[in-house]
Amino acid sequence: MTDLSISPHRIGAMILRYWYLLLSSWPRLLELLYWPALQVITWGFIQYYIAENASFFARAGGTLIGAVILWDILFRGQLGFSISFLEEMWARNLGNLMMSPLKPIEFLLSLTVMSLIRLAIGIVPMTLLALFLFHFNVYALGLPLIAFFCNLIFTSWSVGIFVSGLVLRHGLGAESIVWTLMFAIMPLACIYYPVSVLPVWLQYVAWALPPTYVFEGMRALLIENTFRIDLMLEALVINAVLLVASFWAFLALLRSAKKHGSLLSGGE
Amino acid sequence: MTENDKASSRPTVADWGAASAAIAVDHLVKLYKQTRAVDDISFSLPRGSITGLLGGNGAGKTTTIAMIMGLVLPTSGRVQVLGHRMPEQSAAVLGRMNFESPYVDMPMRLTVRQNLTIFGKLYAVKNLAGRIAELADDLDLTDFIDRANGKLSAGQKTRVALAKALINRPELLLLDEPTASLDPDTADWVRGHLERYRRDNNATILLASHNMLEVERLCDRVIIMKRGRIEDDDTPEAIMARYNRTTLEEVFLDVARGRVNGAKEAAR
Repeated sequence: MTDLSISPHRIGAMILRYWYLLLSSWPRLLELLYWPALQVITWGFIQYYIAENASFFARAGGTLIGAVILWDILFRGQLGFSISFLEEMWARNLGNLMMSPLKPIEFLLSLTVMSLIRLAIGIVPMTLLALFLFHFNVYALGLPLIAFFCNLIFTSWSVGIFVSGLVLRHGLGAESIVWTLMFAIMPLACIYYPVSVLPVWLQYVAWALPPTYVFEGMRALLIENTFRIDLMLEALVINAVLLVASFWAFLALLRSAKKHGSLLSGGE
Repeated sequence: MTENDKASSRPTVADWGAASAAIAVDHLVKLYKQTRAVDDISFSLPRGSITGLLGGNGAGKTTTIAMIMGLVLPTSGRVQVLGHRMPEQSAAVLGRMNFESPYVDMPMRLTVRQNLTIFGKLYAVKNLAGRIAELADDLDLTDFIDRANGKLSAGQKTRVALAKALINRPELLLLDEPTASLDPDTADWVRGHLERYRRDNNATILLASHNMLEVERLCDRVIIMKRGRIEDDDTPEAIMARYNRTTLEEVFLDVARGRVNGAKEAAR
């Protein structure tokens, strides 16, 4: 039976490990900052241009730039989780960790904390850029922003846990999945357009993804000034299922890695 | 009859007093598809002993050690470490054991002190700063303790890896090629340190090595493996006498080249 008790000092040790790494490497810090900044600048100007030429977008000010910020929370949240995990693979340190008293649940919890830290480093400057360059204040969304953020970060952790399990089982040959899986969700999550754009049969798939509820909720808030709490609660329920399923999948993939001896190789 | 059925019909670890042994391996088998990496091996190591695990490449040494550590799941058979079954009860023993292997690195960008701090916290070492200072003194790390691990020489890295392996004062130490890539002077110094550590702490050491002089000097027992099976298991002196050889290296060559029967008959 899996022991689910946790030790805060072991989780703290792992957070310290990633914190030391971030501080020791300016390219790692720069990578956290530059892409979100680039995204918000590009989409901010696109939004400006469209708003000047389309009455709907003039009325629905901020939906594109808001969407790109929320998308980055989802994408960067998962990357923040997965890159910290990949650091162990790249450093060939996983054997040391697996042989230590660190439990899988503690390892995963430390990765979730690191995902929040990395996300904060990248997203906060991004939101300030949006405010100063395009006068879009994401914090003005108020309490709904917390609901959006929580649902997106929970999904990002589920995906992060699952892809980390895949890399654990299949080695760095599966690394590309870490970088690309979230993009498979992108068209179905309806980031830049409403769910009604999709064919009816595909809408069922879209509504199985928590981010879809968040982006629909964001549009309702920005266009109709309505906070759809029902959408947030439905997303939360799906997220709870996804988190449990991804943790179970991680443990199953870890067991499979031990069965096939993948932890000894870890390479391609 | 399955592998598990076969194993259950034979004497178990409990039958030969495994509870008091540091390591008890009972009819251990590991299959990778059609390959028998480890083929029905059994042995028990008393506490306070140093045992050498010898064998050519692919003999099954690393897989055996990995199963003892819980990094690889056996196909059948049982492993008991410090009185607990592995991997089911690993949480009870992982804090009391440690390992060093050339196949595992420590994070390169972190300094020696940062690495030892993190592993010390993972192992819940009391008075960690004092323990790091003690290890730095014992293993002569002081001059480079605040240097990044990636900037150390091979010999310095091996000493740091040994410091990590000793950080929790383990009762059981598993070493895979502990002096690989070291110059003769440093290798000799490491061997001396391991001897002292065993003597002062009544620790048990299991050592996989290709260095026969090292095994002759350190080990009071030698287990020779070939193609996943135990070819011989005795004191170095008894094995050399049995093969009518004056060094373990000659015995190793006899075993590796299939001259076992001839050598044994010549000895008779």
